[in-house]
Amino acid sequence: MAENFVLRVNGEERAVTVEPDTPLLYVLRNDLELDGPKFGCGLSQCGACAVLRDGVEIRSCVTPMSAVSGAEITTSEGLGSEATSRALQDAFVAEQVPQCGYCISGMMIAATALLERNPAPTRDEIKIAMNSHLCRCGAHLRIIRAITRAAGMAHATQQADPV
Amino acid sequence: MSGTQSIIGRSVPRLEDEVLLKGEGRFAADISFPNQLHMRVVRASNAHARIVSIDTAAARAATGVVAVWTSNDIQDVPSIDFRDPAAEALGPYRQPVLAHKIIRYVDEPVAVVFAEDPYLAEDAADLVEIDIEELPPQLHASDAPGEFASGIGTEPIVLNSAYGDGEAAFGSAHAIIELDLTIGRHSGVPLETRGALGVYDPQKDLIELFGAAKVPHRNRDTLMRMLKREVHLHEGHVGGGFGVRGEIYPEDVLVCVAALRLGRPVKWIEDRYEHLMAANQSRGQRHLAKIAVDAEGRVLALRDEFFHDQGAYVRTHGARVPELTMGMLPGPYRIPSFQAQAHFRLTNKTPCATYRAPGRFEGSFVRERLMDAVAEKLGIDRIEIRRRNLVSKDEMPYARPLSTLGTEVVLDSGDYELLLDKALARFGWDEAAKATEKRRANDEKVGIGLGIFVEKTGLGPTDSAHVSVDSSGAIEIVTGGASLGQGFETVMAQICAEALGVDYENISVIHGQTDRIASGIGAHASRATVMTGNAVHVAALNLRTKLLEAAAVLMQSKPDALDIVDGQIISKENGSGPSLSIAAAAGDDGFSAEGAFHVDHMAYPYGIHMAQIRVDQGTGAVKVERYLVAYDVGRAVNPKLVEGQIVGGFAQGLGGALFEEFLYDEQGQPLSVTFADYLIPTLSEVPEIDVLVTEDAPSPLNPLGIKGAGEAGTNAVAAAIASAIDDAIGKPGAVTQIPVTPQRLMVLMQD
Repeated sequence: MAENFVLRVNGEERAVTVEPDTPLLYVLRNDLELDGPKFGCGLSQCGACAVLRDGVEIRSCVTPMSAVSGAEITTSEGLGSEATSRALQDAFVAEQVPQCGYCISGMMIAATALLERNPAPTRDEIKIAMNSHLCRCGAHLRIIRAITRAAGMAHATQQADPV
Repeated sequence: MSGTQSIIGRSVPRLEDEVLLKGEGRFAADISFPNQLHMRVVRASNAHARIVSIDTAAARAATGVVAVWTSNDIQDVPSIDFRDPAAEALGPYRQPVLAHKIIRYVDEPVAVVFAEDPYLAEDAADLVEIDIEELPPQLHASDAPGEFASGIGTEPIVLNSAYGDGEAAFGSAHAIIELDLTIGRHSGVPLETRGALGVYDPQKDLIELFGAAKVPHRNRDTLMRMLKREVHLHEGHVGGGFGVRGEIYPEDVLVCVAALRLGRPVKWIEDRYEHLMAANQSRGQRHLAKIAVDAEGRVLALRDEFFHDQGAYVRTHGARVPELTMGMLPGPYRIPSFQAQAHFRLTNKTPCATYRAPGRFEGSFVRERLMDAVAEKLGIDRIEIRRRNLVSKDEMPYARPLSTLGTEVVLDSGDYELLLDKALARFGWDEAAKATEKRRANDEKVGIGLGIFVEKTGLGPTDSAHVSVDSSGAIEIVTGGASLGQGFETVMAQICAEALGVDYENISVIHGQTDRIASGIGAHASRATVMTGNAVHVAALNLRTKLLEAAAVLMQSKPDALDIVDGQIISKENGSGPSLSIAAAAGDDGFSAEGAFHVDHMAYPYGIHMAQIRVDQGTGAVKVERYLVAYDVGRAVNPKLVEGQIVGGFAQGLGGALFEEFLYDEQGQPLSVTFADYLIPTLSEVPEIDVLVTEDAPSPLNPLGIKGAGEAGTNAVAAAIASAIDDAIGKPGAVTQIPVTPQRLMVLMQD
């Protein structure tokens, strides 16, 4: 039976009526018209569908709606306003990370979550955080460089901003 | 052009990135049309079976179902046609859009459901009952051929390619070496699964297919032949191509036919299981290769008989992959006598076609394994044996008495030995050899290896482009190219900006829209930058001429006294004098110009892979410690893009060399159906790699000197890794099969 769910998505309250076991990814894409998260495997094996739930990365393809009721969900569409996300976007362009761009939404989610909890990650910490995100174009090394660069940029911005 | 800093050769940022980074890319699944239906394919569960009956009654009665079809409902739709004319013998092996009477591989489309939403379609598809009689599956291409259909076997064609007197060469050889080598079945596996949307416009009697990729114009031609109706294709963002995406598959035809018959848009998005069982696979070959050399290790003759596992049907490429394997097998070496024979054989597995560096990844593994074996047999250094056999700079252009893809193999330019020297120095080969030897003495299994290769790029014969400028000064390039993530828009904009004298960021690039330009080659076989790039160059120069002629009238000057710098038309002599914007010169109606580029032969870039690896003696896992790809690209339009292509291609090649394989059980059931069983390299497996891009041998075949770069990173990975593993475990010639999985390597170390 379909049920009513209310959740906050990218800062806005959204209500949907769906079966409780409907994957969050389908609701985001089909009901809320947020196409940033992508379907890659449906089994939590690739990371293309990653979103943030209360700031923590989850795989929306295997997360049922019943598990996100009342949660704050952030998709890649909602990332742009944070300083961290801007730094990441700039760094991804500078390092020429994207090729096909299909994994990028999930990569940006994971990288944002990483920098939010660890503003200056080491190379190994970046690898651990991003390892479960598949990229078939082979941009892995540039992703590491871009996150390192973004961490430096975000750091520099924070220092420059008078408190 | 004069007066401005050249933009060709600069690693400017990509035009594509901003949209992708904001999550605003429009991939196939992101496209929807009002009132659309959703398609779900009912797929076979057996590798080989006779269809006794298909019961669709329950599915037809299910909620939201509009139609359910089996092959009986689409008898008038022909089997999927070849893109290029193919040998007549291949015709009967083409894939029907839905299985007719016989099932030939697990996951073959057998029926199809159209419903109001994707969930209802999927539920109804489960209700279709297929009653079958099992038949024994044919699973190995090197087994004796069986029967495909009444009167025809599973070997539709044997390809032969030969020159020179092999008998004499083998008869007089100092040494003969014979190897039995196997390349595992693997494929592109883009992160975006396939997707297709068919829309029919009754007013125009036009079918439109969205979700197109790779070769939209060529596929339009094929679909028009098959459906006998006007068709247009539209490419959006494409989440990786790699040879697999953008071919015509049954699902593409089905959405078109359904849109026409059901009168509503029809959308189909593949899931990952389907992708790993239904999209083109590749590579599976077994080679029985034999080489004859003289006492100095100079090659006298090469013979190769190989078995190509084509899978269940012959798809759009015909027999291209084995044909390419043969044509490119000699690589960079002088081979006085050559005989290759390809057994093109059908099996009850997923059909195969091209994957990045098709035929070359396989052939380079075979050829370089042979070179290592010669070195070992004669006690000559691995580098020296190759050096003695490289075609020299003085011999260029070097015509081989071979052809591939319908063109003669004429190596257009190159200095292979120079690149070898540069690669040896860059990698520090001699130092690495000493250092690894020392570590081996301390019981570490560490070693170095290499592979040298020649690529083929820029297949002709012709491509064209339009370039226009409107009254606002906005510039648009319309191409018949395609964008699969390789940076096509950026490269075309750079080439246009160079010729016109404008900012590349003010140029928009159209690709993959068959209603915008009459023809196009798409993006495959490392062709786009060479062919479409040169067509854009010509079109932009023609537009430049028109702009300067118009400006000369307005500026009371002569066209050849004027130049365009940063979008401003200025006097060459007096750069600071009066100027005219290109918008003003374009006037109210704007200008447009066309350009075409024609070429008879392909451009052949070349490269070298060098690897240093360490084998974990406890697990058999291979760790790549260092890797170099040295590649002469003729001329790099955007070096960072070239490097990105090489590194990305390397990652894919590494997957094929060490991890990726589509395995099947004895009944032909696929075993690699999720990312947990089909292992593509992740951040943990992709090492830092060094890329050396040189421009020592620009192609004389096009005005920009360009050669393609898309497949260099993949080409010789298996060759170099195999060579390094042999060295590490101290067993020359040990690696005869890829992928070298930990399990296989444990066996090799124990033998």
